[in-house]
Amino acid sequence: MSEAPSPRIVIVGAGPAGIRAAAALVDAGLHPVVIDEGQRAGGQIYRRAPDGFVRTPEQLYGSEAAKARALHALFDRLAADGRLTHCAGRSVIAVQQDRLHVLGEGGMQLVSYDRLILATGASDRVAPVPGWQRAGVYSLGAAQIALKAQGVALGQRIVLIGSGPLLTLVGAQLVKAGGNVAAVLDTSSWHQQMQGFWDLAARPLVALRGLVLRARLGGRYHAGVTLERIDADGKGVTAMRWRDAGGRQRLTPCDTIGMGWHLRAETHLADLAGCAFTYDERWRQWLPKTDRMGRAGRGVYLAGDGVRLLGADGAEIAGRLAAAACLADLGLPAPSTAGDLRKLSRLERFARGLARAFPWPAAMVRALPDDAVVCRCENVTAGAVRQGVDFGGGEANRVKSLSRIGMGRCQGRYCQLAGVELIAAQTGCTPGAVGRFRGQAPVRPAPIGAFLRDG
Amino acid sequence: MITTGRIVRLAERDRAAVHFFLDGQTDSALAGDTVLTAMLASGHALRMSEFGPEPRAGFCLMGACQDCWIWQEEGPRLRACTTLIAEGMRLRTTPPQSWP
Repeated sequence: MSEAPSPRIVIVGAGPAGIRAAAALVDAGLHPVVIDEGQRAGGQIYRRAPDGFVRTPEQLYGSEAAKARALHALFDRLAADGRLTHCAGRSVIAVQQDRLHVLGEGGMQLVSYDRLILATGASDRVAPVPGWQRAGVYSLGAAQIALKAQGVALGQRIVLIGSGPLLTLVGAQLVKAGGNVAAVLDTSSWHQQMQGFWDLAARPLVALRGLVLRARLGGRYHAGVTLERIDADGKGVTAMRWRDAGGRQRLTPCDTIGMGWHLRAETHLADLAGCAFTYDERWRQWLPKTDRMGRAGRGVYLAGDGVRLLGADGAEIAGRLAAAACLADLGLPAPSTAGDLRKLSRLERFARGLARAFPWPAAMVRALPDDAVVCRCENVTAGAVRQGVDFGGGEANRVKSLSRIGMGRCQGRYCQLAGVELIAAQTGCTPGAVGRFRGQAPVRPAPIGAFLRDG
Repeated sequence: MITTGRIVRLAERDRAAVHFFLDGQTDSALAGDTVLTAMLASGHALRMSEFGPEPRAGFCLMGACQDCWIWQEEGPRLRACTTLIAEGMRLRTTPPQSWP
């Protein structure tokens, strides 16, 4: 991997935010290095299928096809023209003293930077449901990736559970592709969803598109449900047990479940880079602190869903803004940002509406039975987390040490929010008062061989 | 399409066949399949949990949850959701005998 020319600007992530940041830097005459885990740029939202797949962007991305095409073409052209260096299929696993530790097929490499733009995106915000450790339970994002990047449904009879825009979108995409979707179960009630109406009206077309997709789900869609338990046998999932808005017990046979409650910002690298965090009450998660442009201090800039959960359109804007901030801080001419900042405000209003309409299911998590698994990596139960609090007090990292919640191979990505919710409930305080699980390097598992040097 | 495993192929079925070995048995998938797709086309899980009695079949499919690490006969493990299947791969759902 080549060193970036001076000034050395490294972008982590080649989704909408990373691509727009890279393009803005190239426009200013700089040559950024873009490190991404994917083989081809696009991120998760505009993820491309491997070579040999034939579906068009219109088939893959629907109403967003033009945006996907534009981003893919822009990035591929900049890479082909040698205007940027694309390090594909590589993971940044640590940040230390202005150097990135980068893991690829050839082993570990160190990449130094003068400025770092983190565009690390988000993953599904999941909440444990008893039985969710069983084979056949996936995130909603996984169900979408399987369809987009592999052309498959993850099971023969699928139930989707959770809340948020992705719940409806994945359901509609699966139905359209010929998947067998048995039910789409939304923990947010119609009444709750109406609470977000005013702010959702900030993007009337997007809101309308959501309602059209919802209509395609027909009788499969149920609002205001209570999720009780996932049944399974030796092969995996067999049914979803739930109660409808009227309180009636329901059992839906299925072999696959997709779950998610909107998004959780991917913040491990921001944490290791020394960014400050605040607990965001609206999103019920810890988010890195930046200014409006994405400046986090010490030459680090954050853009996209890894810092503000505004979706793909917001990520494109945030990528341009972070690049503009970076250029200005280098004393170089930066493009005007007034238009982008105005658009950002509108997207933020819409996101507030989403957060209100499709909330994190705090009460459901707090009521988990003691034997429910909270950490899927190591099967740490809700009871073990509560015992940790009783033994050592309600500080997140102490409970982590005692119970091993958040210490598994996923580094707490999929259990930390539920863990903090349980600690808060047991302590009698708010999640924000419990503290934040500290990120640890390596942020992805790395084979020991990668750290050995020849001779 | 009839499928014997967990996944159902809804599109992109006209790809070349790729042959691999799973627990010593020959199996086939399509070029461009991830190891996860290839294994779940004929099976229902990828591995057993080390911390519970249940089999696992992956969770996030984007390299974040680390639920889908499996073994290869020659030793190194791989993450099934981010690795493409290749001709002649020899995969295992259980650790090799020599695993510490």
